Amino acid sequence: MLKWALQLVVVGLVVAVVIWLYGNYIDSTAEQNIPTDFGFLDNPANFQITGNELGANQPVRDALYQGLLNTLRISVAGIVAATVLGTLVGIARLSSNWIVSKLATVYVEAVRNIPLALFVIAGLLVVVLGVFPTIQEAWDLGGLAIISNRGVAVPWFIGAGLGLIVLGALGVLAAWLVARWRSSVSDRTGALPRSGIWGSGAFLVVFLIGWVALGYEWTLPKLDGRQTVGGMRIDPSFFALFFALVIYTASHIAEIVRGSIQAVPRGQGEAADAVALGGFQRMWYIILPQAFRIAIPPIGNQYLNLIKNSSLGAAIGYYDLTLVAQTTVGNGSPAVPVFALTMVLYICVSLVTSVIVNIANRRSALVER
Amino acid sequence: MSATAHRSGALVWARRNLFRSPLDGVLTIVFGALSLWLIYKTFSFVFVTGRWDIIRVNLRLLMIGRFPDAHVLRLAVTVVGLGAWGGFLAGFIRARQVRSGNVSDGGDSVLARLGDIAARLWLPGMVVLLLLLLSSTPGPWITVGMAIAAAVVGRAVGPFAGRRKFGPVGSGVVVVGLGAVPVALYFYVVTAVGFDDWGGFMLNLFLAVCSIVLCFPLGILLALGRRSSLPLVRMVCTTYIEVVRGAPLFVLLLLANVALGFFVPNSLAPATSTRAIIVFTLFTAAYMAEIVRGGLQSVPRGQIEAAKAVGLSPVRQTGYIVLPQALRNVIPAQIGQLISLFKDTTLAGIAMGLFELLNVAGAITAQPDFRGQGLIGETITFAALMFWTVAFTMSRESQRLERRLGVGDR
Repeated sequence: MLKWALQLVVVGLVVAVVIWLYGNYIDSTAEQNIPTDFGFLDNPANFQITGNELGANQPVRDALYQGLLNTLRISVAGIVAATVLGTLVGIARLSSNWIVSKLATVYVEAVRNIPLALFVIAGLLVVVLGVFPTIQEAWDLGGLAIISNRGVAVPWFIGAGLGLIVLGALGVLAAWLVARWRSSVSDRTGALPRSGIWGSGAFLVVFLIGWVALGYEWTLPKLDGRQTVGGMRIDPSFFALFFALVIYTASHIAEIVRGSIQAVPRGQGEAADAVALGGFQRMWYIILPQAFRIAIPPIGNQYLNLIKNSSLGAAIGYYDLTLVAQTTVGNGSPAVPVFALTMVLYICVSLVTSVIVNIANRRSALVER
Repeated sequence: MSATAHRSGALVWARRNLFRSPLDGVLTIVFGALSLWLIYKTFSFVFVTGRWDIIRVNLRLLMIGRFPDAHVLRLAVTVVGLGAWGGFLAGFIRARQVRSGNVSDGGDSVLARLGDIAARLWLPGMVVLLLLLLSSTPGPWITVGMAIAAAVVGRAVGPFAGRRKFGPVGSGVVVVGLGAVPVALYFYVVTAVGFDDWGGFMLNLFLAVCSIVLCFPLGILLALGRRSSLPLVRMVCTTYIEVVRGAPLFVLLLLANVALGFFVPNSLAPATSTRAIIVFTLFTAAYMAEIVRGGLQSVPRGQIEAAKAVGLSPVRQTGYIVLPQALRNVIPAQIGQLISLFKDTTLAGIAMGLFELLNVAGAITAQPDFRGQGLIGETITFAALMFWTVAFTMSRESQRLERRLGVGDR
């Protein structure tokens, strides 16, 4: 009885506060004649995003969609790069090589204790705009990339992006099937599975056949006077944000990887030595799989942090979801619905990511009894 | 191993740690070259190419923002007061621990103690010294000197109070008295200069400390609520925690900046700095709740069962048995959260335009004397040094505390 009374009091308080806030909101928006519905989504966005397909008279809806895509782009690229760099640095910290381990320690201790915002702003103002050359003196990396302070132009494909994503998914599926087949062959005959080589081969075959069949083509970037033509130009802000996120998040992932490697029982490494595995084999086949079993949940948290931190791109003009929201509010969209929608989108992305991490965690978990 | 390897210790060491195998040798050469290049670049930036005039000229703006001249004395008094308070608290707690037998006293000579303190604090000490050397007025020197003196005196006086025995009323008075000192100092400063006029690194520190103190009770309540057996309370707390943890802090700050006016009547709408503190508090409380929840889960069931067996009420079980153990277990994680909050205070500058260190670092490069010279590298490096020193010192102290509390040993 008392329990229910207590609950009702708490919930009543929460509801009262929410009603009060909502009432204030309705009153003040009515007073200032600001809409509270989502009709603004159909209004013209009135701004353009360089590098995205967004015309000035397309609706706010499309602008937010492009913003979400940009957030996903930087997040996926950042997560992949930060995982690789973080794992390497985490292993390096435990290296028996004195210089390598000291350098990794200095990196982690220096980066972890400096705010990300400093890296983001320094990345744009100091590195991209300060170190990268002007377009007249652009660095041309053998025609594969042209680097200047206007951005980096890289080779790109011509054709529909969605088809390529489907093609990639098919390739991964083929690789997975072939890898499974190889391991079953290996189980039956005792031959080496070599599923890595076979899998990559299958992926390449499927991908290349699809590439030719669907008529995709490359374009290489070329310097043409004061601009680059062909390829795809990646905005300087993307680069600055990408490097800042990767350098910062990798320092956190490195600590997690180091802790997880140290948590793998010593006997595992000694057993690997006893059966005469080499240094790489010992790490790749014995230590890392067990370390990652421990590391998946905290690394997943870092992925979530990276996605949320990518909102800092708004500070340097990278048109992610946050900056698009800010811009449309500046252009007259009502602030509360826009930011509510933005938050819901971020929460959805976070939820999907954490579901994926949880599945990975469950699959890798040790099955006991 | 031939005889040559035995001849010199350095050679053996290099052989073991740098040139174990051919691959190892390659790594050593590559990364050795990289290190040398980095060291060279850093040295040449710090001593040759860096133009540090901009820092020297704007040091005051960077540290305390546009704090009015007339009231700087109050800040100095506050710093000295905090020094005395910190010293007293350290001595007091130490004496209490010795009295209760947790820590053995004596044995350590004064010299060893000083060595210990030097080992812990040489880094922030060096940075403070650097700041003092950069300053052009005697004020900071006097303030820091007096603060150190006050801390030493406080440390010497503290044990006398700590060794005394207090009744329930007496200990209440002591706790409230010690807690009241920083609050009183805060009001001493804020009655002269409201914190909308605060700025610089002082504002970053203040935002972080304020928010962490305020978020603490809220975080504990949310954690208890999430673990509560009452379904409705659990639902409310879980929703709050998950929503806040799913959204970026930057967006929440923007929202508070642009949209808070809609939800709160104008008479109640707080100023920008207060908004920042509110957002930081509400945001960190959700993370704090998850940390405390971890701590609550780490308390063995036997403890709760024992508390029930001796007939404690649910409130007392939580307050006397579960929470103290839970909070002790998560002190390092809490300090980690404090560090992360401290670093996040830079976002208040970007999202809300508060005049904190990073914002100042950007703004001073646009001064007429320094405009267009590309000095952002210098000012951001200075800001990075400030943040790094504080965060690094905090994380080292947290590791030390972890060792001393023996978390994980019991």
